[in-house]
Amino acid sequence: MESRHEVEPALVPTAVIKHRPPPEPAVRAERIALVDLLDRVLAGGVVVSGEVVLSIADVDMVRISLRALVTSVSTLARAGADPEASGQ
Amino acid sequence: METLSRAGRAGKSRGRAGRAGKSRGRAGRAVEPNGVWVYAIAERVAMTPLGKLRGVGGGPVRTVAAAGLTAVVEDVGLAEFGADALRRNLEDLDWLEATARAHHRVIDAVARQGPLVPMRLATVYSGDESTGAMLAERSADFRAALARISGRKEWGVKAYAGRQSEPGTAGSTTGPAGPGGGAGAAYLQRRRDQLASQKNARRETLASAEIIHAELSRHATATRVHPPQAQQLTGSKAPMILNAAYLLDDERGEDFATVVAALREQHPGIRLELTGPWPPYSFAGMAEREELSGITA
Repeated sequence: MESRHEVEPALVPTAVIKHRPPPEPAVRAERIALVDLLDRVLAGGVVVSGEVVLSIADVDMVRISLRALVTSVSTLARAGADPEASGQ
Repeated sequence: METLSRAGRAGKSRGRAGRAGKSRGRAGRAVEPNGVWVYAIAERVAMTPLGKLRGVGGGPVRTVAAAGLTAVVEDVGLAEFGADALRRNLEDLDWLEATARAHHRVIDAVARQGPLVPMRLATVYSGDESTGAMLAERSADFRAALARISGRKEWGVKAYAGRQSEPGTAGSTTGPAGPGGGAGAAYLQRRRDQLASQKNARRETLASAEIIHAELSRHATATRVHPPQAQQLTGSKAPMILNAAYLLDDERGEDFATVVAALREQHPGIRLELTGPWPPYSFAGMAEREELSGITA
């Protein structure tokens, strides 16, 4: 199988691979590149009222500043290089 | 392939207000869970297949139902998942990675059952009542999102400019001197030519990115363009010229890989990476940033 394809075979729609049982979800999740995951879980997904709201006393929700999320992405600069991604 | 090193979830977090495996504090007492972490919203969720799942806090997942919708949630302690703790923990790469992967693992498992709208990371409520109230308040939005993504999956394509976007390396900037101080002039001329062809190459590369995105979009019911990933994060020397998500009908998933393969042939100077299928994170409801492309039959 073409190795640069990057599509994890287990995640091909089941209609295509009826004969192959899907691997353990926990294993599959580990193979996803963190940057791709963060694009989605930090910048995607439903946002409630623009912020998640933290409750103190009688306020009902837990709030975090979205700025904190953006800041934490920038700290990934210290994460270092992914050799798979460099070069062709 | 994931090569970022990752401390085990129980390992690095032990020194801070972090999960210690089974919702127990450092002293070994059961942590009083007083937060509800929300993973995703669906119409109905069957819990039996999810029984073995462990979430961001190491605990089991359960559901909260309201307004005909179901939220998939986990009880978490505010010591780790409250506002102040989250601010600290989100700065910790290991914590962030472990949490993001656990968040995704739950969402991915539930998505297998049917249409599902993922929540952004770190959506925490104080209890079931406020979670249910949120469901009721936003039920129209959730239903619209569920309709939008039903029977569809997200695929991601990233494109990187190839090495030939930096031409002129073959030509040296030193060369035979022309008459009358020509070496300097020759250098300058060669440098101008080099810059001009680099500029042209960049323009062509960006034009290719647009062509690629347009072709991929033809197969999608919706697209979302993400900012290019920072080079420090990808480790790639080649600049990223496209980072986009495509929402495809389930039966079009296999075709999409073929489309990408064809684009690789047509654009040999560009590296294309395909990921997916994903739960529909990029289409969960940020309507203002979504492009809806026309679908061809």
